[in-house]
Amino acid sequence: MKKKLMSVVVAASIAAMSIGAVPAMADTVKIGVYEPASGDNGAGGKQETLGMQYANSIAPKVEIGGTEYDVELDIVDNESSNDKGPSAASKLVGDGVSVVLGSYGSGVSIAASDIFKEGGVPAIGVTCTNPQVTQGNTHYFRICFLDPFQGSVLANFASENFGAKKAYCLAKLGDDYSQGLVFYFTKAFEALGGEVVKADFPEGNSDFTSYITEAKNAGCDVFFTPTSTEAAANTIEQAAAQGLEIPLLAGDTWDSNVILNAAKGKNVKIYVTTFYQEGGNADFDTGMKEFINSDATNVANNGGDDTIAAVSAMGYDAYFTALEALKAAGTTDPAAVNEALWNVTYDGVSGHIEFDSENGDAIRSSAFVKVVNTETGAWDFVSEQTVSE
Amino acid sequence: MDWLSKNLPYLMAGISVGGQYALIAIGYTMVYGILRLINFAHGDIFMCAGLIMVYSVTVMPMYLAIPFVLVTTVLIGFLVERVAYKPLRSAPRMSVMISAIGVSYLLQNLALYITGGLAQQYPTIPWISDVITVFGVTTKRVTVITPFLVILLVVSLVFLIQKTKIGMAMRAASKDFETSQLMGIKINSVISFTFIIGSFLAAVGSLLFFSNYTGVTPTVGAMPGLKAFVAAVFGGIGSIPGAVIGAFIIGISENIIKGLGWTTFSDAFTFALLIVVLICKPTGLFGEAATDKV
Repeated sequence: MKKKLMSVVVAASIAAMSIGAVPAMADTVKIGVYEPASGDNGAGGKQETLGMQYANSIAPKVEIGGTEYDVELDIVDNESSNDKGPSAASKLVGDGVSVVLGSYGSGVSIAASDIFKEGGVPAIGVTCTNPQVTQGNTHYFRICFLDPFQGSVLANFASENFGAKKAYCLAKLGDDYSQGLVFYFTKAFEALGGEVVKADFPEGNSDFTSYITEAKNAGCDVFFTPTSTEAAANTIEQAAAQGLEIPLLAGDTWDSNVILNAAKGKNVKIYVTTFYQEGGNADFDTGMKEFINSDATNVANNGGDDTIAAVSAMGYDAYFTALEALKAAGTTDPAAVNEALWNVTYDGVSGHIEFDSENGDAIRSSAFVKVVNTETGAWDFVSEQTVSE
Repeated sequence: MDWLSKNLPYLMAGISVGGQYALIAIGYTMVYGILRLINFAHGDIFMCAGLIMVYSVTVMPMYLAIPFVLVTTVLIGFLVERVAYKPLRSAPRMSVMISAIGVSYLLQNLALYITGGLAQQYPTIPWISDVITVFGVTTKRVTVITPFLVILLVVSLVFLIQKTKIGMAMRAASKDFETSQLMGIKINSVISFTFIIGSFLAAVGSLLFFSNYTGVTPTVGAMPGLKAFVAAVFGGIGSIPGAVIGAFIIGISENIIKGLGWTTFSDAFTFALLIVVLICKPTGLFGEAATDKV
């Protein structure tokens, strides 16, 4: 990867010298990528970053205020950790980025929010779905739907498709994402006349057998567990081993090939809500697959194959949204980009993106539901679910 | 029957997880018995065994991979002792402990570097990973085998310590380190042997543990390691039967707590139990002065 970059740089500088007209120092605009590459959410973070890198590879330049700039992605690893995230965020602010994309995972986004605020840098949340990320601030935007929405979509889906009356909800202690999603699911599910059994598991837990037994004993109709993919792999394995017959439901995090690999060949039913379904945009799919397969590192970062994760599509859209904001601002000054973001609209592969004027959240009205095909190890589209009023 | 099929899964999970803690706890308790050292890296050796398995099945068949994992894990345990603890033999005990913490972080970060921080799916070991039904409860075969295998291993270990020459040397070293040295016991080989047994049991524990809980991450050893350590202290650190019984008690009670619906407190309970035991019986359940500290 590095070598390749080097050769591109060398080739570019040779070309520049031979033409002679281009200034020696090309203007560069930096876009910060604040994503996890390790820890609980490392798998998803890497896929989201891949989407941005692909976008960067097809649109490496942007015209801002009449000048052409090279776009440089400044990628840091927030280690999926609320403690370590802020220092990664400070590095981005220190590097002088114009806008930040990320993160995958709401906890780390909330943890870094103040750093970006103090540094005067706007941030675009890509797939952090917890409302607190954008609430009460003017610098954090987001292009995906929110947990209250996702929670009610899943609750509606459970009651409409399975006639579920009782749901088992499992969240991780101290995890903003899963706790938030369970909270909104519970609210919507109870409003629909259902009943909820809630349980928590501690950090570092890998034994989910007791939770599965409890869900069985309580006579639940669905098992809602919007956890990180690491916990998910264990849950799926153990649910299959214990012959859990009720469907597992989860949020966008589970839209990952980690889940597909864990579920392949096993007798489990897994439904997830997500931002993008492979096949939604043929051009993007082919391009993205080519990009992934062009480099062994990319394949590894994507989890070993070329399945397109919804978060990659979102990362791709986030990059172009940021370019739109830079164009609209007409300058690389973060404060101006922040102002410009409020009015940016962009039609991405995941749908139309437009920010509301209150919190800077994307206005979205539906989510995709898909199911794991345990024979082929791929996602099958189920429906586009909206919330019943 | 209905009551049984509802509650048996908790008990089975508890006994199985308890057995896996026991295999790790023996490593802690034996090393403590001889060196008075809490080997903080032990949980990470357990994690390494898991990772070695993940990577070795990609290059060799399963019947080779399992012995390979056992051998390499033993080798890692042996090397850790030789490199990080042996040079500090005459240093204050605190230095050795800090060295152990260093090794623990070293192994975790090496694993982080190798895996890229992502969870690795543990391979399916045939036969023991098969799904079976016991009294109307569906589970993996490994859950049922674990307690028996643990008891078998512990009995042979006790036999080894009581009846063989090296076992006698270990007992002597745990009674009085310096005197046994003066009596002509090769203390370094006794210590190495202790680490070899501890790592071997941790490797067996990892085979059983990860067959049930298939995600291997760089920090996966931390929690089981901590719980096994608690089990060792709980049973009276230095005592092998104590560690085993402590591990079963902890495994079973944490699953019963989950079964009662207090899932949030399952870990808190484990550590609260430790505090209570230490207050009432500071040496642990079996940690009396008269017990053989091996």
